[in-house]
Amino acid sequence: MEAFDFAAVVQAFPYLMQGLMFSLKLTAFSFAAGIVLGTGLALVRHLDVPVLAPLAAGYIALMRSIPLIMVLFWFFFLIPLLLQWVTGAARPTPIGPVYTAFITFAMFEAAYYAEIIRAGLNSIPKGQYEACRALALPTSRTYGLVILPQALRAISPILLTQTIILFQDTALVYVLSITDLLGAASKLAQRDSRLVEMYLAVAVIYLVICVAASQLVAAIRKRNAQAVLA
Amino acid sequence: MGVAAVQLTRLNKYYDQFHVLRNISLQVDPGERVIVCGPSGSGKSTMIRCVNGLESFDDGALQVYGKDVGSPGKTLARLRDDIGMVFQNFNLFPHLTVLENCMLAPVHSKKVPKRDARELAEYYLNRVHIGNQSAKYPGQLSGGQQQRVAIARALCMKPQVMLFDEPTSALDPEMVKEVLDTMVELASDGMTMICVTHEMNFAKQVADRVVFMDQGEIVEVGTPDALFHTPQHERTRQFISQMLG
Repeated sequence: MEAFDFAAVVQAFPYLMQGLMFSLKLTAFSFAAGIVLGTGLALVRHLDVPVLAPLAAGYIALMRSIPLIMVLFWFFFLIPLLLQWVTGAARPTPIGPVYTAFITFAMFEAAYYAEIIRAGLNSIPKGQYEACRALALPTSRTYGLVILPQALRAISPILLTQTIILFQDTALVYVLSITDLLGAASKLAQRDSRLVEMYLAVAVIYLVICVAASQLVAAIRKRNAQAVLA
Repeated sequence: MGVAAVQLTRLNKYYDQFHVLRNISLQVDPGERVIVCGPSGSGKSTMIRCVNGLESFDDGALQVYGKDVGSPGKTLARLRDDIGMVFQNFNLFPHLTVLENCMLAPVHSKKVPKRDARELAEYYLNRVHIGNQSAKYPGQLSGGQQQRVAIARALCMKPQVMLFDEPTSALDPEMVKEVLDTMVELASDGMTMICVTHEMNFAKQVADRVVFMDQGEIVEVGTPDALFHTPQHERTRQFISQMLG
């Protein structure tokens, strides 16, 4: 068995960091877009908006029932065909792997965030809603200024935990041949025949980031538990 | 005779088959202080929650200063600006300071400029003797202090009628007095009040009339003296003797 080549890891570091940047960008975008879309879905269901509420429920059920890798494939292969049909183009309209990744991850995570946020909304005591109604606050202000701030604070540890999972899931873009952290390691491993070094390095990078994020979640949980509540 | 502050006319409400409010008719005049008492489950809280539309009703009519409060089957459209409510569990917003709690509704419901809303909030917080706590969060206050903040918050909307739904029931005994003293002051300023409470001494001190409810209906209405010392109905007599010992 060959000795572990630390120099190969050091040499590979800049390229691995490029891959990591893609993973982090994908995570950040999917988190932001997923939270916005997820909040909308959660509110629609919480307020039981006619027509939209069952549609939202159906969307969430669909996204939570199908593996992410399948959603990636569906989007990558089927949406071009759908666009061809809709636009009447002669050939399928390619979306490209990067756009596929960003859009799919955001839509997928939105379903999970929606359910977490809806649980947060349901956890707010009924008295808070009643106080807002008694003070004649419009619905938009009720949710924007009173309910959502409390709900998001309460569910922030769970949202962050889901985001850690999202970060780990970004490795799935490997199937679209995107050079994320895992993709970068894979390319180097195959080029230099340093599979052990590259995959171990990637594992350590994932470990460091996820452990640090988990510590942040624990700190937030502790702060929430100590927070003054009425 | 001027228009009544609150007029309930043969109000009926059902929770499925359960007849929770039975032909409730009550008139509260401007400046009048009405205490509503009765055993648990008598419909007291449901009745006053109908006044500001937190509960709907199924039959009858309800008006506040001549304006209809929704209609049978519907909750309130838009009269809550004129009706303040203080809840048993305070329902302060825990993520906002005391001052922010009081400013929120004037700024976002009545479009009062922030500077004016701040002055208003500080005035009413001082009025309930808690102005020095304005930077604190509700969780840092005692129950009695929180309830006084809740009273100030409701007053910041400059209501014409104040509803109190068992305002001291969730408080430790030593905190009840500070809240009742605040309510006595409010009453002496001429505020129209409907208060659901078990505090009979408070009722004797403040009430113009006392309404006794049982099993969803108004059994007896009278002055505190009449109701507490010469109740006409047996159910009233039993309740008063239990409450006064």
